[in-house]
Amino acid sequence: MAYFLQQLINGIALGSIYGLIAIGYTMVYGIVGMINFAHGDIFMVGSFIALILLLILLSVGVTMIPLALLIVLLLAMALTAVWGWSIERIAYRPLRESFRLAPLITAIGISIILQNFIQVAQGARVKPLQPVVTGGYTLFQEGNFTVNISNIQILIIVTTLVLMTVFWLIITRTALGRAQRACEQDRLMASLSGVNVDRTISLTFVLGAALAAVAGLLYLLYYGVIDFYIGFVAGIKAFTAAVFGGIGSLPGAMLGGLIIGLIETFWSAYFTIEYKDVAAFSMLAIVLIFFPTGLLGRPEVEKV
Amino acid sequence: MAERGQSFSHRLKPALVNAGLSALVALALFCLVLGIRTVDTVQGLTLKPRPLLLATAVGIVFVGRLLLELFWWHRSWHLPKPTGLKGLRAAASQYGGVVLIIAAVLFPIVALALEKSLHLGLPLRYLFDLSIVVLTYVMLASGLNIVVGLAGLLDLGYVAFYAVGAYSFALLATNFGWGFWMCLPLAGLAAALWGCAVGLPVLRLRGDYLAIVTLAFAEIVRIVLLNWTDVTNGPNGISGIPDPTLFGLPFTPRGDVTFSSFFGIKYDPLQGIVFLYYVILTLALITMAVTLRLRRLPVGRAWEAMREDEIACRSLGINTTLTKLSAFATGAMFGGFAGSFFATRQGFISPESFTFIESATILAIVVLGGLGSQLGVALASIVLIGGFEALRHTQGLKVIFGPDFDPALYRMLLFGLAMVVIMLWRPRGIISSRTPSILLEAEGGAAPANQRRA
Repeated sequence: MAYFLQQLINGIALGSIYGLIAIGYTMVYGIVGMINFAHGDIFMVGSFIALILLLILLSVGVTMIPLALLIVLLLAMALTAVWGWSIERIAYRPLRESFRLAPLITAIGISIILQNFIQVAQGARVKPLQPVVTGGYTLFQEGNFTVNISNIQILIIVTTLVLMTVFWLIITRTALGRAQRACEQDRLMASLSGVNVDRTISLTFVLGAALAAVAGLLYLLYYGVIDFYIGFVAGIKAFTAAVFGGIGSLPGAMLGGLIIGLIETFWSAYFTIEYKDVAAFSMLAIVLIFFPTGLLGRPEVEKV
Repeated sequence: MAERGQSFSHRLKPALVNAGLSALVALALFCLVLGIRTVDTVQGLTLKPRPLLLATAVGIVFVGRLLLELFWWHRSWHLPKPTGLKGLRAAASQYGGVVLIIAAVLFPIVALALEKSLHLGLPLRYLFDLSIVVLTYVMLASGLNIVVGLAGLLDLGYVAFYAVGAYSFALLATNFGWGFWMCLPLAGLAAALWGCAVGLPVLRLRGDYLAIVTLAFAEIVRIVLLNWTDVTNGPNGISGIPDPTLFGLPFTPRGDVTFSSFFGIKYDPLQGIVFLYYVILTLALITMAVTLRLRRLPVGRAWEAMREDEIACRSLGINTTLTKLSAFATGAMFGGFAGSFFATRQGFISPESFTFIESATILAIVVLGGLGSQLGVALASIVLIGGFEALRHTQGLKVIFGPDFDPALYRMLLFGLAMVVIMLWRPRGIISSRTPSILLEAEGGAAPANQRRA
């Protein structure tokens, strides 16, 4: 029981990170109907930006860790958002009216570019970071097995909850959220009613990239080591999470992220760690076969 | 915004403003990840600022945008369109394939003859090896072309079938001692079966989901190959895979009956390579020929109809699941053939060779060559694979960028850039747009002669 609870905590922390990335996929898919294949790599760029910012702050002598983390969080969100915006502007917008495969191909190209750009600019070696957030609490003890929740896990879960709430408010309560939902339903009609479609889509990419940067920072703090390749696997898993929850649905993305995180953690804990990715990916196929629209997705109406 | 044809001085100001904004964005993009390098030291990570590099990158963006604004985007002149080009392109699409095939068949003979008679010192072995790699990609891309180009199903995990073919052959050959020619059909069959096994559950999905499931499947295959050490020997791979023989004649210097002793000629290591060249050339040509014929069969017609409009296709009574499955299995089979050829040529395979980047490369060849175009696939393979391979060996770049410059590092970066730029510039492919196999003459105008037959 204690072991199970410990894995549950680990799984929720991991799942929160996947959920934050998955939101980027699900929003973009909802509004432009394309898989932003480069989103996983934006997450990777975000974690590199966070790493460098953190190192700068530590080297100039910002010793108050919460303050440093807050500055890093905000700056990394802003700078990664610029990446998201630029990529949409350069690689996706010109192809919006092209055939369906075109933006996906450029997205794969962008993904290759980002990975190799970081590899060239920052080196191929893994980047370790000394633990920044340390300590934790012992929840209870069973025999000689203690159930712990570390401060970083609390940080991850709280940050995710806060951001999700803010995000939910943006989507449901603001003009931007309304414009987004309008573009999702009918882009032409939205533009006829005075919604600036280009700007709404740009902002969607900006928001997605900002959340990916948060995920990147949390990943960096949680694992303490990043390299230029982390975006690929994390990206596929986050996409799996988005599909799992029903693509286009924000709560679905979060739920899917949690489920994928839990599956992966429990699989590693009770079965073999080598096949944890196989478990997550097989789950994707199984879900798509039995729930083609995901857990919380709306069934799609086929129009001729 | 500057209007077309306005005077240069009028356009300069907005151009400068836009270029400045681009430079600002570039500064935000690059200030950390390019401007500061993280360096491993004993004390942990330290930072090394690189202001010069950052300034150069931002400067390039500024100047590039300025030049584009001034001389390209708002230009009043047009690129001259020579009238001969249209005829040339028509001729290329009609005779280009034949010319390429003849060139490919004659290439080793001419190269060998030149070398023997003139002693030019050509790096023959390297040239042949490179051509074999290019032809392997031609074959792979032709196989994927059936799935993506004809049937319109996006397969991001094609490399899985390549891996299945390679490992089927390697395992059969090393465990049972079966030869290449016996295993080749079996490897193709195994890959096709895998195609069916993956395809059956997921082919009901819409295009984008299919893409991600195939990608996930390819990752599963790679992870299993990596971890199932009892069978696949894990990351160490399988070595000692036999070379193909010519009707039982091996290309070895010694042995009972070898190719050289049977024909009474002197042994030359090049003989084996030239033989491999012709094997893969034949395989690639068979793939292309089969694709061309399939396009004229009912199943090929169904593929193309499905690509254009799945709902219409279904309402005409075509079983789309079965049609998709046949495309998937056929494509997978050719991937399997290519895989077993890869295994026999390398003599050694490991999961390293079957990463996502291979799938992306093959897909890039198909898309950049023009979906569904045979000639495009061949030319795109030559340009992308041959061109980037040539880049790896270019010494001239070292003179410019200093001796530390490693072109291999930049190869994939350029590859990604090429994918994006070509896609933006000509979304329908460099060579040609796909030509419909059949056209309604009344609506579509007179169909080209070779298609009217169909």
